[in-house]
Amino acid sequence: MKEKLGTKNIIICLLGGIFVGFLNGFFGGGGGMIVVPLLTLLLGLPEREAHATAILTILPISLSSAIVYMIKGSIDYFDFSFVTLGFVVGGVVGALLLKKSNNIFLKILFSLIMIGAGIKIIL
Amino acid sequence: MYIFLLIIFGIIGGVLGGMGMGGGTLLIPLLTLGLNLTQQNAQAINLLAFLPMSIFALIIHFKNKLVKYKFSIPIAITGVVSSVASSFLSSSIDSKSLSMWFGIFLIVLGVFNIISIWIFGVKDKNKTVKKQADK
Repeated sequence: MKEKLGTKNIIICLLGGIFVGFLNGFFGGGGGMIVVPLLTLLLGLPEREAHATAILTILPISLSSAIVYMIKGSIDYFDFSFVTLGFVVGGVVGALLLKKSNNIFLKILFSLIMIGAGIKIIL
Repeated sequence: MYIFLLIIFGIIGGVLGGMGMGGGTLLIPLLTLGLNLTQQNAQAINLLAFLPMSIFALIIHFKNKLVKYKFSIPIAITGVVSSVASSFLSSSIDSKSLSMWFGIFLIVLGVFNIISIWIFGVKDKNKTVKKQADK
């Protein structure tokens, strides 16, 4: 696969970055879900590569946001330590699954759960 | 029980996060709706919990040669700047209204996700048709 970035694609990346960074910082997550379609639909990466690349892309963005949240004293470190324990274990399992699975069903299910959770929060 | 749920919710978010499906978008409502954490606390936990998890996930993805880092660099450059600005903004909003905005964000993301799955599916079909035509 060719991976050369032309000027047009660099501009798409830079503009997309502003958008992704703003939402990921403001909502403390979700940026990866915007990076994936940015990479697939606008930049033409295959789906699985896009998912993996999205994680690397969001890493520095989440790190810089996390520092701001820590400075502002928003985080409870007791809650944080236990969630992280589960999160790391789950993350390894998820990464191993991604190599194998073609998970359209899972994605649709996940999207529906998100919509449901969103409605529950608003009501 | 509280600690047990923190770990379980972490695992659920982690599996989706490791797959690059945005585990945080599920972890945050689990923590706020399920355990009554404040919106800012849940968001901060998600951002910070993502860091060690992503390193493990990336090691696996790099080994599988799935990471195209050239795309990450320009997105991250502008992304870091705007995320710092929006993090300050979100810290200064009260938790309830931030939560409302987050609910709207979830719905928009969910709908957007379904639409992009559909577009991607159509694109894939077109590619297959083109490949067959090329033969």
